[in-house]
Amino acid sequence: MSAPRRPREARLLARLVRGGLLLALLGQLAWSFRPSSSQALTADESLGRELYLASCSTCHGIDGAGTELGPSLRGAGPAAVHFVLSTGRMPLANPGDQPVRQAPAFSEREIAALVAYVRRLAPGGPEIPTIDPATGDLARGAQLYLDSCAACHGAGASGDSIGGGRIAPALDRATPLEIAEAVRIGPGTMPAFGERGLSPADLDAILAYLLWLRENGSRGGLQLGRVGAVAEGLVAIVVGLGLIVLVIRLTGARA
Amino acid sequence: MIVERVVRGLDERLDGGSFLRRNLTKVFPDHWSFMLGEIALYAFALLVLTGIFLTFFFQASPEPVVYDGPYAPMRGRTVSAAYDSVLRLSFEVRAGLVMRQTHHWAALLFMAAVVAHLLRVFFTGAFRKPRELTWVLGVLLLFAGIGAGFTGYSLPDDLLSGTGLRIIYSGVLSIPVVGAWAAFLFFGGEFPAHALLSRLYVLHVLLIPLVIAGLIGAHLALVWRQTHTQFPGPGRTEDTVTGIPVWPRFALKALGLMFVTWGVAAGLGGLVQINPVWLYGPFVPYSAPSPAQPDFYAGWLEGLLRLWPNWEFHLFGRTIGTLFLPAVVVPGVITFVLALWPWIEERVSGDHAAHHFAQRPREAPVRSGIGAAGVAFFTVLMLAGSNDVLAAFLSVEVDTLNGVLTAAVVVLPIACGLVTYRICRDLRDGGGHPIARPGRARVRRTAAGAFEVEHEPGGPAR
Ligand code: HEC
Ligand code: HEC
Repeated sequence: MSAPRRPREARLLARLVRGGLLLALLGQLAWSFRPSSSQALTADESLGRELYLASCSTCHGIDGAGTELGPSLRGAGPAAVHFVLSTGRMPLANPGDQPVRQAPAFSEREIAALVAYVRRLAPGGPEIPTIDPATGDLARGAQLYLDSCAACHGAGASGDSIGGGRIAPALDRATPLEIAEAVRIGPGTMPAFGERGLSPADLDAILAYLLWLRENGSRGGLQLGRVGAVAEGLVAIVVGLGLIVLVIRLTGARA
Repeated sequence: MIVERVVRGLDERLDGGSFLRRNLTKVFPDHWSFMLGEIALYAFALLVLTGIFLTFFFQASPEPVVYDGPYAPMRGRTVSAAYDSVLRLSFEVRAGLVMRQTHHWAALLFMAAVVAHLLRVFFTGAFRKPRELTWVLGVLLLFAGIGAGFTGYSLPDDLLSGTGLRIIYSGVLSIPVVGAWAAFLFFGGEFPAHALLSRLYVLHVLLIPLVIAGLIGAHLALVWRQTHTQFPGPGRTEDTVTGIPVWPRFALKALGLMFVTWGVAAGLGGLVQINPVWLYGPFVPYSAPSPAQPDFYAGWLEGLLRLWPNWEFHLFGRTIGTLFLPAVVVPGVITFVLALWPWIEERVSGDHAAHHFAQRPREAPVRSGIGAAGVAFFTVLMLAGSNDVLAAFLSVEVDTLNGVLTAAVVVLPIACGLVTYRICRDLRDGGGHPIARPGRARVRRTAAGAFEVEHEPGGPAR
């Protein structure tokens, strides 16, 4: 026995109801994901939204609340977003990777757009610091750098391994703004330094010293990567003793 | 010539001059590998010369002063007078920096040459009876050199040197029963003590150099008296010694080698930065720099500390600290084995005869194997002492690297020792050279235009 066939109209109606329900659900869903501020998106922000949905949402979630692949961006702040984007740390290729500096994946305009959109999506967190390295006090910067940063990044800012299998990178490539952002947000295992620990003037001083170090501090000749005794020993044995042994080998008897 | 006239003059006045003649015509070795010790001697002479220059400007004082010299990042900072004087030496004294750097490079060259010389003597069995005493003096020189280097790089009172001193302090502290007193006595109180710097200074510029000079003198006197060893060859026997006469050939060659050594040290001093203490900053007790390594000759000690497991045990109701074994016991045992090696070998091999021929490494496979194992052991330890730099360089995790090195410090010496032993034994028994010279063919064109081929068989490489 087969069930009596329903009239055509009834089937159409059912389909309409189901479609309507689905639409309503989708609308509800879309509404729940609306940007927290009720204002309409600016042009910048909608560009950012596009980029965010394409490159970030799989890991950080459409709403920026995080997924199992990436942490929530709530409270990360514009400084963090700008830092990870302009140092090429994000978008991460694989969720398990340690974020490292690479060529940035986005143009400056796109980065600004993403920063604007994420600020809207997940407000809070440190703002992008305003810096003025030119006014920084060099001597104070040197002392602050040696006290607060050198234990991880090396006295010559050449980078070094630190515990937990992490590497504190060399500081020769970061722009002043990126350095300032890193100090404020503390990427990865690096501690964040708030304004109470390092005032904006302190930060400018550190920047001044790091910039100074790039051009100077090489007194005495060729720098061996500023890694100290390891490179020095290698040079002494291979180049120094090597040269002299070459001489005695050439001038001495061989039998 | 002047020398001849002087010698003749002395000859006439000092009874026939047989003493002078005998010694000026004494033969010295000409084989290249016998010059390694000489390099150390010339490096030492340069160390004394540049060191004297440095003493004119260095102040061994921990008194606080405010730096106001030309190095901008330190200006206005309160530092010790010692650190201040090193900055002045580096930035204000004319030729100060090149002298300082040359001094440091010469120290590294000195130690590198001592080690190379020691390896040569070891692998050729030149320490065998009757030259055991020369060997012991050499080993003492090695350790005096480590002491000189260590006290030297502690003097600038920068952050790096302070870190090294703190490690030594903890090492001394870890000695059971007497540790605390010994540390107190030597360091003049709780670290960092006020008296320390001037004590290190006296050790570095007076005591240790005198010890080294004395050791070198005795070492050379023995070489002079006993003559050098030589490789077997035509016209050489166990009872005759061949070489070149002291005057003029050896002396002039030696002079040349001295200038080469000085040239290389000064070249490095002028061109390559070493120990830029201005980057490390003055010593402050609450901070430590990174990367923090000692100079290479102390690298194996640092490596021992970094690889040693965190063991602590109790003996007779006292706690034996983690540092005691790696910082005191193991280096002590190594020192003793090294110093007593000639007698150890004599005991084990049962060979009590005097030897004047140097051996090729293959002639004593067991000794060569042990030597290779030792070289591997110290190399791995040196790598372990720089594990943080190495890990960053290779982009691996320090813990992974430590695991690898901990395994390597056991496995690699055994492997290297066995392989070397096998190679030496096969070479000795096979008699041939491992790398044979390929045969050659000579092609000649005759007047008639034909070609003649003449084969020349291969043979042992020279
Ligand atoms: C493959 C997954 C993945 C993608 C794609 C990705 N991220 Fe991330 N992101 C992560 C992970 C994982 C971390 C945590 C990294 C860490 O610190 O170890 C992170 C961290 C961050 C942080 C720092 C968070 C904090 O609290 O400091 C920011 C900001 C960030 N991501 C922004 C972005 C942006 C913007 C994009 C898109 C351009 C993006 N990410 C794309 C996985 C991803
Ligand atoms: C506890 C060790 C530690 C300290 C202290 C520390 N950092 Fe870092 N720093 C790190 C680590 C680890 C990273 C890499 C983070 C990542 O990408 O996951 C880093 C990254 C950075 C970067 C980014 C470099 C680049 O090229 O992308 C800068 C800039 C930086 N640090 C500056 C500083 C400054 C300035 C200070 C002192 C105020 C400081 N750090 C103190 C460990 C440290």
